[in-house]
Amino acid sequence: MKTTQQLEKQLKRHSKAAKLEIWGKVVSFSALLLIVAVVVGIIGFVASKGIATFTSNHVNLWDFLTEKKWNPGITDANGKPEVGALPMIVGSFLITILSAIVATPFAIGTAVFMNEISPNKGAKILQPVTELLVGIPSVVYGFIGLSVVVPATRAIFGGSGFGILSGTCVLFVMILPTVTSMSVDALRAVPRYYREASLALGATQWQTIYKVVLRAATPGLMTAVVFGMARAFGEALAVQMVIGNAALMPGSLVDPAATLTSVLTTGIGNTVMGSLQNNALWSLALVLLLMSLVFNLIIRLIGRKGRLQ
Amino acid sequence: MNPKTQNKIAIGTLYGVAGLVVLILLALLGYILVSGLPQLSWHFLTAPAKAFLKGGGVGVQLYNSFYLLILAMLISFPIALGAAIYLYEYARDNWVTTTIRTAIEILSSLPSVVVGLFGFLFFVVKLRLGFSILSGAFALTFFNLPLLTRSIEDSLRTIDLSQREGGLALGLSRWETITRVILPAAVPSILTGVILSAGRVFGEAAALIYTAGQSAPALDFTDWNPFNISSPLNPMRPAETLAVHIWKINSEGIMPDAKAISSGSSAVLVLAILIFNFAARYLGKRLYKRLTSA
Amino acid sequence: MSKKHWWQAIGAVIIVALGIFAYQTRQVSHAGESITAVGSTALQPLVEAAGEQYTGEHLGTFINVQGGGTGTGLSQIQEGAVQIGNSDLFAGEQKGIKAAALIDHRVAVVGITPIINRKIGLKNLTTQQLIQVFTGQVTNWRELGGANVPVVLINRAQGSGTRATFEQFGLTNHRSKTAQEQDSSGMVRQIVATTPGAISYVAFSYVNSTVQSLSLNGIKPIEANVKTNRWRIWSYEHLYTKGQPHGLTQRFIQYVQSPAIQKTLVRQLGYLSPDQMKVERDVHGNVTRLEGGKS
Repeated sequence: MKTTQQLEKQLKRHSKAAKLEIWGKVVSFSALLLIVAVVVGIIGFVASKGIATFTSNHVNLWDFLTEKKWNPGITDANGKPEVGALPMIVGSFLITILSAIVATPFAIGTAVFMNEISPNKGAKILQPVTELLVGIPSVVYGFIGLSVVVPATRAIFGGSGFGILSGTCVLFVMILPTVTSMSVDALRAVPRYYREASLALGATQWQTIYKVVLRAATPGLMTAVVFGMARAFGEALAVQMVIGNAALMPGSLVDPAATLTSVLTTGIGNTVMGSLQNNALWSLALVLLLMSLVFNLIIRLIGRKGRLQ
Repeated sequence: MNPKTQNKIAIGTLYGVAGLVVLILLALLGYILVSGLPQLSWHFLTAPAKAFLKGGGVGVQLYNSFYLLILAMLISFPIALGAAIYLYEYARDNWVTTTIRTAIEILSSLPSVVVGLFGFLFFVVKLRLGFSILSGAFALTFFNLPLLTRSIEDSLRTIDLSQREGGLALGLSRWETITRVILPAAVPSILTGVILSAGRVFGEAAALIYTAGQSAPALDFTDWNPFNISSPLNPMRPAETLAVHIWKINSEGIMPDAKAISSGSSAVLVLAILIFNFAARYLGKRLYKRLTSA
Repeated sequence: MSKKHWWQAIGAVIIVALGIFAYQTRQVSHAGESITAVGSTALQPLVEAAGEQYTGEHLGTFINVQGGGTGTGLSQIQEGAVQIGNSDLFAGEQKGIKAAALIDHRVAVVGITPIINRKIGLKNLTTQQLIQVFTGQVTNWRELGGANVPVVLINRAQGSGTRATFEQFGLTNHRSKTAQEQDSSGMVRQIVATTPGAISYVAFSYVNSTVQSLSLNGIKPIEANVKTNRWRIWSYEHLYTKGQPHGLTQRFIQYVQSPAIQKTLVRQLGYLSPDQMKVERDVHGNVTRLEGGKS
């Protein structure tokens, strides 16, 4: 016979399911903690290295952001090192925005086609192709850019063919699959009855797509575009091969230019840890980090506004 | 213009856009395969690379790519899965969650060369792992985690809320609902995410240059003891992958047939991803059938 | 315990047992000495090939050769994280490096030549003209008697050994104006070959029929002229160690400097051996004549 104590114990004990619940929560939470630790670690690492340019090498932050000469190895007439990052910042922004502007209509158009107009063909042809293309390494994109896009640009516009235009072309193709497949996910997340309700009200297919589906999916589509922009922004090897890597203010779209990533990748192996040249490159990485933060915040704001309306 | 003509024009334009995209993508694939396929032969796929003579292959690099991919996925998938589950199923929607999401997104936009250098200073130098597959796998994990977490979270989001309510109504705990109901339903979508990120990992070069290294010592494919330095399974040996190999021979390659090797390697890379995609798709379908007993 | 648990336990035991078995039966000889050499990507093929030969002849050793760039090589050897730092430059020329603590082992000499696109139609320039081209005073090849195409400068990355050597000896310490930068010789050659009006510079071994190498002041960029310093744009390739090398590091460096490598690999890879030089150059660029060819 069971005593009341035993009974009480038995009743108060966590059930198997409850134990499992706690276990699952702890495990998944520690996984998240780990990622947060990684993020904090890398961001802290880049920040501490990047800030050293301004603290231990005494470079003026304003000069860094607005000067146009990038020669960390030498000093100018006043004995200050030439670390003006403006040309790279402009280059990065230009190339990212241009490629996003070109890629967005294509990507969303394709996604709408795959999800709304012809799901069959979409699933059979477009989806495998886009997924495959996400996997093509940037080195390969860079070399195709070098052997196809650059000569084409040179033939049409003259000059050396290296520059923002070639970079935009390559990035456009590179981010297209990413943006497309994420846009498809965004469209898929729109509940079916939205479409049915719209069609039942007598709207045409295009009206349904334009006025209902795209509106409802706006935050998701925005995220897709940001994601593409983030990829374009952080892309190094492919861009570096076609942009020309000249740390000059871009005069036109077909002049050689440089991006933050291209200068970073080209220079990092040639500098010594802890030296000004090295720190200056880490400062570029820090700018990269901060700029993607700004991008993220802007898009979040837009997404929130879209939801409120 | 009446809505019907408008509709026709718009749909027609969308057809055109989709067609154009397919055309661009096919041209790209065609270019890689046409210039690369003639280089392929059994010898090319299995022979070790040569530093400066003609006739080297990519056997070791190809194997390294797969091994590194599997290791990196083994490490990153459970972490990403756990984090995504917590973020979507448990975490409250407050500023902490938003901050974490933003941080993850920022991490994913960092250039991989920065991740690679961080991996170099931390794993290779500080933890004394040396230039090794393990260092490379950790660096790839860093590179992969944000991507994978995001895509798994998106997969969870596509599962209808009613499924969760159904699970809870049947008296399952939240964790049981997640593992028995939500995850099986989300498998095909999660798998797509895993394929996409695996593709990126497979082709990643910049993060590996400073971690897994750029040299591929010859392997002894009869020796499967992971403690031997020439064993293919040894996680502590330096390992150049196919993507790093392409990068290296394109930049400093001095073998006379560098161009042929790089276009051949590109084709191998694309083919490998192709096969990988089809296999994963097939498995995903079968898995879906089994798990949902449909 | 349920059936499932039993299977899990058995699986775990088998894995552990296999692990122990593998550890016990590992080849002890192969886990012997190993060293790591990091740095210059230009020097990597030579050290790698020499390392393969050496480990082939001396079982139980392992030489791990990695690229990463001269700067990486020097900073890693300075911190003692690796055994050998490969460098295209004298350690004293690299900012942030305390050269006194490092010991220099010269293993090869590399000659560097300007290259131009073939369609320009020039084969010779004076040093003065070369400086005018690289500082932007001459913007069209017509001004120097070539074809009517604008000059397109292509530089190596800032801090690269090839660029430092070229600016010091080719441009007599004039700095090139800011222009396109590429971080590898293969890429530079490809761009020069395909871009009208392009000019850059590469090591001798990268020159092939797709580009035109330039004579300077009538002196041809050939090895015979490098040996006597008549062709002045050349530099040493260095293996740096922190303090005196010992053990495998010392044996390997001696091996690379021995005739077995110097007479074969070094020359096959398009380098000159320091033994062939009739002159010697120090970190400040001062040249001294060598008696009998060997120091």
